[in-house]
Amino acid sequence: MEVKAFDTYGQALKLRAFRNQVLSANIANTDTPNFKARDIDFKAALGAARGDTTTLRTTSDRHVGSFSTSPIGLEVLYRVPMQSSLDGNTVETDVEQAAFAENALQYRTTLQFLDGSIRTLKYALKGGD
Amino acid sequence: MSLLKVLDVAGTAMNAQSVRMNTTASNLANAGNVHGDADKVYRAKNPVFATFKDSMAEQSGLAGVRLSGIVESDAPLQQRHQPSHPDADADGNVYLTNVNTVEEMVNMMSASRSYQNNVEIVKTTKDLLLQTLSLGR
Repeated sequence: MEVKAFDTYGQALKLRAFRNQVLSANIANTDTPNFKARDIDFKAALGAARGDTTTLRTTSDRHVGSFSTSPIGLEVLYRVPMQSSLDGNTVETDVEQAAFAENALQYRTTLQFLDGSIRTLKYALKGGD
Repeated sequence: MSLLKVLDVAGTAMNAQSVRMNTTASNLANAGNVHGDADKVYRAKNPVFATFKDSMAEQSGLAGVRLSGIVESDAPLQQRHQPSHPDADADGNVYLTNVNTVEEMVNMMSASRSYQNNVEIVKTTKDLLLQTLSLGR
């Protein structure tokens, strides 16, 4: 039981850390011409990581698969900007900052849940107290 | 450990922004320069940013900032007739640098904002890493 919870939280943490990396790359490239902002669909990614996959199935090696699948098996997508800029950069600093803050908060939340599970397990192992 | 790579990415961005700050500082410092030779007068310098991608960038979303060079502005120089100037050429002309102070001030603000953003990213990520380390204590 507990171990299974560890697994889900572990996957979620991994994905949150990955998303943190993608969003920080966006913010780092705020001033780079022609940089296209990217992000992942967290819900779909967690679903894929837990096994209920929604990626394209290919029955021939000449079929086009899902594009840009990352090492942990999820698609990194491109963000559609609300306002386009002259230099071809699609990073919107405030959107990215909000997403980054949200993601960091969710990471902390998942950590808390995981910490709770570990404490519960410890408590049971020690037979209370 | 994707969180550790975030520090690298933010580091490249901070480096790029500090180079931009450097060029802005030297442009502003040389804003009033004049010279008798149009080829020797100071010209505004601007850094060119590009995305730094490793071989896995398409999958990993990892993209730092690379400085692909510093270009000198080819905006026209202002010519002034000032025969009394010690640097004036044979016709009595001196050339004024093409630094645009308003543009440079805007550049400075933009660079410092971007730098601060990246500092915040480093802070937050360091926090997350430390919290992860103290898991289960």
